[in-house]
Amino acid sequence: MAYSFPEEVLEYVFAFLSSDKDRNAVSLVCKSWYEIERWCRRRIFIGNCYAVSPQIVIRRFPEVRAVKIKGKPHFADFNLVPEGWGAYLYPWISAMARSYPWLEEIKLKRMVVTDESLELISKSFKNFKVLVLSSCEGFTTDGLASIAANCRNLRELDLRESEVEDLSGHWLSHFPDNFTSLVSLNMSCLGSEVSFSALERLVSRCPNLKTLRLNRAVPVEKLPSLLRRAPQLVEFGTGAYSAEIQTDIFSNLVEAFSGCKHLKSLSGFWDVVPAYLPAMYNVCSRITSLNLSYATVQSPDLVELISQCPNLKCLWVLDYIEDAGLKALSSYCKDLQELRVFPSDPYGAEPNVSLTEQGLVTVSAGCPKLQSVLYFCRQMSNAALIAIARNRPNFIRFRLCIIEPQAPDYLTLEPLDTGFGAIVENCKELRRLSLSGLLTDRVFEYIGTHAKKLEMLSIAFAGDSDLGLHHVLSGCESLRKLEIRDCPFGHKALLANAAKLETMRSLWMSSCSVSYGACKLLGQKMPRLNVEVIDERGSPNSRPETCPVEKLYVYRTVAGPRVDKPDFVWTMDEDAALRLS
Amino acid sequence: MNLKATELRLGLPGTDESQKEYSSFVKSNKRSSEGMDSSCNEEECATAPKAQVVGWPPVRSYRKNVLQQQQKKSDSDVSGMYVKVSMDGAPYLRKIDIKVYKNYPDLLMALENMFKCSMGVYSEREGYNGSEYAPTYEDKDGDWMLVGDVPWDMFVTSCKRLRIMKGSEAKGLGCQ
Repeated sequence: MAYSFPEEVLEYVFAFLSSDKDRNAVSLVCKSWYEIERWCRRRIFIGNCYAVSPQIVIRRFPEVRAVKIKGKPHFADFNLVPEGWGAYLYPWISAMARSYPWLEEIKLKRMVVTDESLELISKSFKNFKVLVLSSCEGFTTDGLASIAANCRNLRELDLRESEVEDLSGHWLSHFPDNFTSLVSLNMSCLGSEVSFSALERLVSRCPNLKTLRLNRAVPVEKLPSLLRRAPQLVEFGTGAYSAEIQTDIFSNLVEAFSGCKHLKSLSGFWDVVPAYLPAMYNVCSRITSLNLSYATVQSPDLVELISQCPNLKCLWVLDYIEDAGLKALSSYCKDLQELRVFPSDPYGAEPNVSLTEQGLVTVSAGCPKLQSVLYFCRQMSNAALIAIARNRPNFIRFRLCIIEPQAPDYLTLEPLDTGFGAIVENCKELRRLSLSGLLTDRVFEYIGTHAKKLEMLSIAFAGDSDLGLHHVLSGCESLRKLEIRDCPFGHKALLANAAKLETMRSLWMSSCSVSYGACKLLGQKMPRLNVEVIDERGSPNSRPETCPVEKLYVYRTVAGPRVDKPDFVWTMDEDAALRLS
Repeated sequence: MNLKATELRLGLPGTDESQKEYSSFVKSNKRSSEGMDSSCNEEECATAPKAQVVGWPPVRSYRKNVLQQQQKKSDSDVSGMYVKVSMDGAPYLRKIDIKVYKNYPDLLMALENMFKCSMGVYSEREGYNGSEYAPTYEDKDGDWMLVGDVPWDMFVTSCKRLRIMKGSEAKGLGCQ
């Protein structure tokens, strides 16, 4: 006789499973486990909003409390996805409003969110707690006012890097006087000034506030008043960090910062006046995360600050830090795990700062825990990349952007194939890689051979032929997301590895050489993929079949072809897909 | 882009494609003519002589906006910081580049030479009390301030114009 636990026991056990992978595995064991699991799944992650429909999700998982949905492809961040492409939130909210009255959390990335959606959220979910809008757009501060006014149990409102139409700062004043549950507020992307007294009162009456990221409009002399009301803060983002130097402002800041014994993360720092940076020195010893990527101060001032932060784990900074500053970083911050260096003058023809490959080499040598890097620079060599790879085999994210496309090794004028080859060969746990510089098909051979744990690969202006793409598609076993722009890849590798595309979340190819005919063929052969051509020149039927498409976005889906496409997106072989479904 | 009429088939790509020479690797992948960044305004084009490729380098637009404002500031650094200088009783104004000077004493000496006046020595308590003339400046907020109160770097970036006031009039500014 087979053992069988009562359903309640199984459900109790399944509740301990938080990872989607585990829950998916559990649901495949047998029909009864599938049933039990689907009734008790509370958190859903949808990596591509078009891979599944709201109806399918709701039908399978009726008791969801938290959803996380991602919309546009990553290259939308760099204006490669035309306006009006899609990723609309409204259909999701409208469906969930009916079926998930107890929904508590909505986390979105690169979705189009309207005020209508925000209002519907605020009125449909009585226990709504968490709203995170990362790189979203389409809404105004009026939508925020609805959330503030109606979500009585709101804990988190995080607008990180969203594009909000800022009609006024008045939305903040819509939080009711008896609203006290706020734990996290990130309004750093907003432009308008909010009523400062409303902000002060809000901060005062929310004793659990741990994260407060202000926007640029809050002047530095107002910070002490807020900090004094929230000494329990763990994460704080300033506004513009500049003012005429006045000793009373400075001493107030020092005192206010000193009162915050739990501060771990600092950000903001627009328009920094270096003289005000020392006001924070008292808290620096506890700081683990520092975002100075808006701070246009020079290296010596940055080093002064960083030298006070021995426990720093994460640093985002502009290239004003220069090689010298990175050397200092590597000696003071031995716990550093993540470094991002952004370009202060990305479009300038000549370097404006003394930041080279040497800075990255030094940090990779001096920081034993460094695992995640985003680095913009103007020159690189194979020797440096090899040194970096040998210094730091524990990289899991390595994103290098050499500003000039197809820039060769500046010492030898050769391609950077061997350098990146060393990265993938040594860093066996590498999950994310962004390439740049002059690269031939050989680098892809290295990647296909060694990068077995690689999940996301970004390629630009690289490679010689389809062989390069074939190496990647056939060799990278863990590949989930592949984004390619301006590479001489045609259809051969794509068609030869069509089945691979069903094991991935998505493939993006723009300004490559994939012909319209090939896209149609791929669409016909692979009914479980949406093969979408994006072309702003008008219907691909008006051009020869051999003509390359502007952009191609391929993703696996159980929802069939999109029903909300704009007029510049075509689904290949839509008819066949509809017939099969 | 060289468009070959390729035969469409589901097969492995061959290895007969010859490796291109590095030197002849044409930068034909850059769609610079078609792909002018729609957000590329005249100012950006003026400072970056190269044609910009859409979305390259991969910098988010909110970061670009911050940096553009900073660029404007540093551009004015490069061109010099000319401000008008008036002196009470003088028939016409002068213009000086305050970036040429390293500190207050340098600036005051230059002004004294230019206008043939004496302004004495600055003190925090008394200002320029006792001197025939006192230097004042208009700051970004439109207020008239006594020269010398704020650190030099702060002064250079906030000074919009200078006015050399008669000592008798400046008495009010010097008092605490």
